[in-house]
Order: sequence, then C-alpha cells, then structure tokens
Amino acid sequence: MDVQTWTYIIVGITFAIYIGIAIWSRAGSTGEFYVAGGGVHPLANGMATAADWMSAASFISMAGLISFMGYDGSVYLLGWTGGYVLLALLLAPYLRKFGKFTVPDFVGDRYYSQTARTVAVFCALFVSFTYVAGQMRGVGVVFSRFLEVPVNYGVIIGMFIVFFYAVLGGMKGITYTQVAQYCILIFAFMVPAIFISIMLTDNPIPQLGFGGKLADGTYLLDKLDGLHEELGFAKYTEGSKGMWDIFCITGALMVGTAGLPHVIVRFFTVPKVKDARLSAGYALVFIAILYTTAPAISVFARTNLINTVKDTPYDQLPKWFGDWEETGLIGFDDKNGDGKVQYVADAERNELIIDKDIMVLANPEIAQLPNWVIALVAAGGLAAALSTAAGLLLVISASVSHDLIKKQLNPNISEKSELIVARVAAGFAVLVAGYFGVNPPDYVAATVAFAFGLAASSFFPVIIMGIFSKRMNKEGAIAGMITGIVFTSAYIINFKFLDPASNVSENWWFGISPEGIGFIGMLLNFIVSWVVMQFTPAPAQDIRDMVESIRYPRGADEAHEIEF
Amino acid sequence: MENLKKYWKRNLLYLTVLLSFWFIISFGCGILFVDELNHIRIGGFKLGFWFAQQGAIYGFIVVIFVYTFLMNRLDKKYDLDEK
Repeated sequence: MDVQTWTYIIVGITFAIYIGIAIWSRAGSTGEFYVAGGGVHPLANGMATAADWMSAASFISMAGLISFMGYDGSVYLLGWTGGYVLLALLLAPYLRKFGKFTVPDFVGDRYYSQTARTVAVFCALFVSFTYVAGQMRGVGVVFSRFLEVPVNYGVIIGMFIVFFYAVLGGMKGITYTQVAQYCILIFAFMVPAIFISIMLTDNPIPQLGFGGKLADGTYLLDKLDGLHEELGFAKYTEGSKGMWDIFCITGALMVGTAGLPHVIVRFFTVPKVKDARLSAGYALVFIAILYTTAPAISVFARTNLINTVKDTPYDQLPKWFGDWEETGLIGFDDKNGDGKVQYVADAERNELIIDKDIMVLANPEIAQLPNWVIALVAAGGLAAALSTAAGLLLVISASVSHDLIKKQLNPNISEKSELIVARVAAGFAVLVAGYFGVNPPDYVAATVAFAFGLAASSFFPVIIMGIFSKRMNKEGAIAGMITGIVFTSAYIINFKFLDPASNVSENWWFGISPEGIGFIGMLLNFIVSWVVMQFTPAPAQDIRDMVESIRYPRGADEAHEIEF
Repeated sequence: MENLKKYWKRNLLYLTVLLSFWFIISFGCGILFVDELNHIRIGGFKLGFWFAQQGAIYGFIVVIFVYTFLMNRLDKKYDLDEK
C-alpha cells in the first residue's frame, strides 16, 4: 500500500479513538470541566501532562533544530526538561495544597489583590494564545503533506476536532484523550528512531546508538564532526553560541516551563499532595523518553542527509527529495553548474536549501523505511499538536470564565452559566487559533520566545515568593511582575520586531540573545520585589496563616467543588 | 509549632541539596565546564556533550524521585501526611 492509504487508515483509527474517549468521559460539573474531578491517577496524569507539554514543536521541529544546531541545541533539551525539577520541588505540591483552579487564582488570593489577579490573567491568556496559534499551524502542515490538501483545509479540519473534544469533554475528556495521544505519539517517535539506529550502528536503543560505532569502525559522532569540518560547519559536538547565552537561554526555558499555566494546572488534578510530587516525576519520565531520543534522531538524520546529498548528481537523488521539493521546503540551486549538490557552510557556494522542520517528517523516507512508518509519524505529529492545543484551550476558557467573569465581573454567576461561558470561550479561542493557523504571523517563532520569557519573568518569581516568603506583600509582587514583564518585552520587542537588523551578538547586553533575556528579567523581578517589600507593610495575619498552611500536606481538600 | 518548624527546615535542606545537584549536572557539567569535560570520552561520547544532551535529563528524573521519597518519609515522621 502507498503512504497515502496508510495515512488515511492510521490517522482515521487514532481519531476514532480520541473522539470515542471524549464522548465516553463528558464533563458534568464546572469542577470536572477544569480539573477532571480531582481524581486522576498520578500515572495517567503524568502521561497526560507529557502529551500536554510535547507539542508539534517538540515532535516535529525540535530534532530538526538540534540537527542543525548540534551542541547549541542542548538549550532545548535541558530547558524543556529541567523545568520539571523546579515544578516538582518548588511549585506543584504547594499549589495542590492551596487547592484552587488556576494560576491567577493563586496570585490573586496570595497577594490579596485584584490588580495582581488581572495582571496574571492577561499573562496567562497571552502565553496560551501564542502557543495555540503555533499548534494549529503544525496540524495544517502535517495534513497538507500527507493528505495532499492545502494547508488551510488542514487547519480547519484540526479546528473541528479540537473544538469537539475540548469543548464537550472539558478537562476530564482531555485528560484521558491525552493519555491515548501520548501512547500514539511516543510510539510514532520511537519506531523510526529504532529502525534507523539499527541500520546505522547496529544498536536497537537510539540513546546508545547515538554514541555507537558505524559499520566502518569509526564512532558516529566523530564521523559527523569530521563531515562538518570538511564542509566548513562548526563541529557538531561543540556548537557556536557563547557560553553565557547558552546559560541564559537554558535558564529562561527551564523557568518558563515551570511558569506555564497549562502545565501548572495539571497538578491541581491529582487526588493528593503526595501525588502532585510523584506525578511531576512520571511526567518527566514520559517526556524524557522523547527528549533523550530526539538528539539521537538529530545525529542520525544529519549524517544520513549529508551522506545522501554530498556531491551527488542532482538526477541521482532519491525519490523523497523530489517529493519534498514540491512542498518548497527543500531546494537545489546549481550555482557552479556541475549538476552535483554542494552542501557547505559558505553561503556563496552552498547549493542546498533545507527547512529544519522537515527533518523528523522526512527522516523515515530518507532512511527508506516502510510506508506504514511514514504514515505513523504523521499520526504522531497530529497527536502532539492536538493534545497541546486542547490543553491550552482549557486554560484560556478557565481564565475567561473563572478568573475574569466569576472572580471579577460577576461573582454571582451560577455554575451552569459558568460552564456555558467556559465553552463559549473555548469555542472563541478555537476560532482565533484557527485564524492564526490560516494566516500565520511571520513572527510565530519570535512570539514563542516571548511566551517563555514572559512566563519566566512574571509568574515564576511571584509564585515562588508567595510560597517561600510569608513577608512578601502585594506591593512587592506587583512591582516585581511589572518590572519583569516590561524589561523582558522591551528587550524582545526591540530586537525581534522594531529593529530585527540589529539582532546580532555585538548589540546584545552581555551577549545575551532575546531568547535568553527572560532569565535576566526573572532575576530583576526577584530583586525589585525584595527591595519594594522592605519599604511596604507586611501582609495581614490571615495571609501569613494561609502561606503557613500550604507548606504542610495534611488537610488538603479532596476536590475543588468547595467554590460552588 | 516546634515540629512544624523542624519539618519546614528539613524540607528546605532537602531542596538545597537536590537543587544544587540539579544545577551541577545541567548548568555545571553541560554548560559551564563542558569544554573541560569534553576531554574525557565515554565510548563515542565526549562527556560534556553527553551531559548536555543525555546525562542531565536522566539526573533530573533521579532528583524528582529522590525528593518524592524523602518528602513522603518526612511527612510520615512529622505526622503531616494525608490520610
């Protein structure tokens, strides 16, 4: 059977599973809509968190990015896993004990201030919208390549599916669907990796094959370093970014991860404080399976790509090259007219143009794997994109209906009306996400850096200080959040939007790129809050008692329905 | 009251030790001292590169599970666990 038929079959089966689960687990109450009734097993919650977290970016783009960045790509691997340590040790258990629905809830109650709550709501909405737009685009790209429909149709099909189960199912529906999606995406990621690892290094475990020997007896990584030197690229294992830039980007991604509202909300869904700790551990195990395989795929794909195209006559290139050429994501420009592909670092002489995003999708084709594997990768990419989009939609609808309407505009709203508002908000969010999927702003990548920077420089310090300092007051927290956000956005807007031409390392402060500046914003937030706190009154006794009580697990509320 | 203070102090001690380990395996071995560690090789890997792309991630998992184990024990010891 051809790739097309396989794709229809595999994607069809997986979608039937998701929709079946969504119908089976429809949410009944508001509490269930937001946090799955508080009764999700930590193992299931860990898998759902992993699916929530690993987006189209992790599945489709990351290995490709690392493949072109080499050692410098470590920032993503370290940043997007290390944040879970901060979550498990510093945030999750305490927020679970606190026992409310959302991050703005915590900020608003802990700092006894509607202003603080409002700032938090807007940060949560901004971060989530940025993310969701990227996901819908990812869905469109996968559909357009494998179902041969235009990208925009792909986006619209994705909108319907996400709307269907996020809006009807709520958190409970999403949690179990995400468990299924995790299984599909990890299977789809591992199968080609294992195949290629065996083909190249004779070792079925990609994590080991990555450091293994090739058939000719040289180590794979040495071979790749050698190829890179020959073609004029920086050595694969050494990279080219400055050390402090790598340090700050990694820091911003880690702290940003721990501050992302759609990840934090996951830890409100487990039955006990104990489970919140354990659940973060399980989540990281499930995430690590993909994140330790990704750099191996990067090396395999990079080596295969260079070996396939290097000095090969254009008319002897394999079939996949032509297939992807039609999408415009790979191209050959015979500058010296010899009919062969010269792929080198020097832009003047380089003849191969290749989009980083196609590496994971094209990898099975480059390695000549069977058609069903290629179709499986498409289903995995869709699972990754849809699960993340659904989780984000839920944060958006909760922010609007719970934090904005119930807590601020109309406290007397009935549970039923709140549920309707939540669903309308989710529906509206799908439309907005779909709009950005069809008309992507050309700065999607830049806004992702913005989202992490904002989460790092706003939420993280405020939550940490709210738990670990009883003395921290609303004046300090608000001043800190505003300083962090203003500093970080000013730096990013300047280099990414106002004056992109100046975005080179000579102009950066201390050599730190806009991707890493959220880390500095976070430090500023801590310093400013602490200084302001010294000159302003301490919080009232009941707030200090509340901080005291979230530090001890005993007495955590079982469910979240106390609100209603 | 005295007990609660002790519990919290012990928690902060665990956090300090575990977060130091977290910092050393990622920012330390993978970034700050990567060039020095790259002189050491394990199989086909340079050690610093291995920490940055593999080792630190395994270490993170260990940190979380050790923390979970220590805290569950501490909760029981101070009779603060959930029933």
